Amino acid sequence: MSTLVIAEHDNESLSPATLNAMAAAQALGADIDILVAGAGCSAAAEAAAAIGGVGKVLCADNAVYGNQLAENVSLLIAEVAAPYDNIVAAATTNGKNIMPRVAALLDVAQISDVIAVESADTFKRPIYAGNVIATVQSSDAKKVITVRTTAFDPAPADGGSASVEAVDAVHDAGLSEFISQEIAQSDRPELTAAPIVISGGRGMQNGENFKMLEGIADKLGAAIGASRAAVDAGFVPNDMQVGQTGKIVAPDLYIAVGISGAIQHLAGMKDSKTIVAINKDDDAPIFQVADYGLVADLFTALPELESKL
Amino acid sequence: MKVLVAVKRVVDYNVKVRAKADGTDVDLNNVKMSINPFCEIAVEEAVRLKEAGVATEIVAVSIGEKACQEQIRTALALGADRGIQVETEGGVEPLVVAKLLKGVIDKEEPQLVILGKQSIDGDNNQTGQMLAALANMAQGTFASVVEVDGDRLKVTREIDGGLQTLSLSLPAIITTDLRLNEPRYASLPNIMKAKKKPLDVLTPGDLGVEVSKHLTLVKVEPPAERKAGIKVEDVDQLVDKLKNEAKVIG
Ligand SMILES: Cc1cc2nc3c(=O)[nH]c(=O)nc-3n(C[C@H](O)[C@H](O)[C@H](O)COP(=O)(O)OP(=O)(O)OC[C@H]3O[C@@H](n4cnc5c(N)ncnc54)[C@H](O)[C@@H]3O)c2cc1C
Ligand SMILES: Nc1ncnc2c1ncn2[C@@H]1O[C@H](COP(=O)(O)O)[C@@H](O)[C@H]1O
Repeated sequence: MSTLVIAEHDNESLSPATLNAMAAAQALGADIDILVAGAGCSAAAEAAAAIGGVGKVLCADNAVYGNQLAENVSLLIAEVAAPYDNIVAAATTNGKNIMPRVAALLDVAQISDVIAVESADTFKRPIYAGNVIATVQSSDAKKVITVRTTAFDPAPADGGSASVEAVDAVHDAGLSEFISQEIAQSDRPELTAAPIVISGGRGMQNGENFKMLEGIADKLGAAIGASRAAVDAGFVPNDMQVGQTGKIVAPDLYIAVGISGAIQHLAGMKDSKTIVAINKDDDAPIFQVADYGLVADLFTALPELESKL
Repeated sequence: MKVLVAVKRVVDYNVKVRAKADGTDVDLNNVKMSINPFCEIAVEEAVRLKEAGVATEIVAVSIGEKACQEQIRTALALGADRGIQVETEGGVEPLVVAKLLKGVIDKEEPQLVILGKQSIDGDNNQTGQMLAALANMAQGTFASVVEVDGDRLKVTREIDGGLQTLSLSLPAIITTDLRLNEPRYASLPNIMKAKKKPLDVLTPGDLGVEVSKHLTLVKVEPPAERKAGIKVEDVDQLVDKLKNEAKVIG
């Protein structure tokens, strides 16, 4: 049995999600190779080679893979996948964009958001916004899987010395072109990997008021998230949305401020180790999942909290 | 251009679904069913393209048992012109949905196909991408802005780090994210008119597709319950608990 992990990277370095995908691959118990597809991605390939337990790194370095266009990368993966039993990627927006396309090219199912590997063909995954956990068994010869990063502790980034093999296949589907990308720049830890997350909801009232969360985040080394209502109202950008259809987080500490606790929001954060809710409504559903609930007006509680940390 | 929209019948997003006690499946007895919210956004986008004079005809497709005709009627009431139901027994896997939709594409030859990014029951987030592969078309997933630009489509996508803009050749597949638009409500006269709009029923056989099964549902179970927490009196107590009890801050 053998597994191919699809690396997520920016050509220079690996994204932490790759190490979570690697951990899920290890749970499958097969030999593991990693594919790094990109343009000018030799540094990322070297980083992949350093991960412990990797057999070899396949490096497809070509301009056509530079922007991770699904049409091109999926053709590459479908070709490279031939000898492998499992193709594993993190359930990031990039993994979700590419992996179903790979599965369809291989005429197999794709299994999304795996949270546990029960055996070589049986997996657990959340459905219905995490209200139910399904165990599914695959009868396909090849399993194409995306894994929920928060469910697998990252594999160590070092300890390995795999060889890097160049893959020459060039697949340019000629269907799509990259125009531009606006990537939010922040000195804070990345939302899905941060040990502490503080999120604001509609109760924050406007984007300006998120500064109150920033002060606390700076003191705690936390990332900042948001509910959909806060994103929809334009307080903060979309990449901060936590929930069923946004990002899934499971930090050591999650602080929900002015968030009511709709099931779609809970789906993205209820696996956090400790949950704090600050809400002025005593009956807000968020208190049902909070370890520590503070019924208070956030406009007085936040400045006080910042001063006392 | 002709636009095809795929709409799925799912449990209403307000329903808190539970696993059946015997763990065989989820309990869907007497629960409210609706059009998947992302599909509603897909229909709205198509209707806006028609209002802008870009789309000429909107065909709404749903795959499932007869009951999914209700969701097709909803799409017709929102402004789709005609409907197609592909009749299957129970739910089918995303790969099969994608094959059936590919069959419909071959018949209808739309220039643009709009799907939701994710159905809120299975939370798969697969069908649009699979369809794009089978149809060998460009894909613009998780779209928050869609603009037809001559014979190409400009799509802004919501990605983990922010936003990405692509140019796609047509015909293309789009999957909708929440911020693409805010769907309208169907008016009563439009709901009445929708009853008279054409709705064809096809079988997988009509489309030359064999309904295959790749996954077996072994069991369903509730997620790990969180133990009930406490309410703290004030900020001081909160900070104390976080430092000394939970030990999550220094
Ligand atoms: C298909 C679909 C997908 C969705 N996906 C997501 C998702 O991924 N993530 C997500 O978050 N939502 C999602 N939603 C939306 C979700 O259903 C809720 O609408 C949303 O989470 C509500 O956000 P909120 O809690 O910030 O706002 P509200 O529900 O309006 O709650 C605001 C809270 O702030 C409190 N408050 C107000 N003022 C103060 C104050 N001064 N001090 C203290 N507390 C105050 C109020 O008591 C209230 O509890 C989705 C919905 C659908 C239909
Ligand atoms: N049975 C179905 N009938 C029509 N469209 C569907 C069906 N299943 C999935 N889709 C479409 O595919 C999208 C994504 O679904 P999924 O891949 O299941 O998360 C949905 O929002 C629909 O647009």
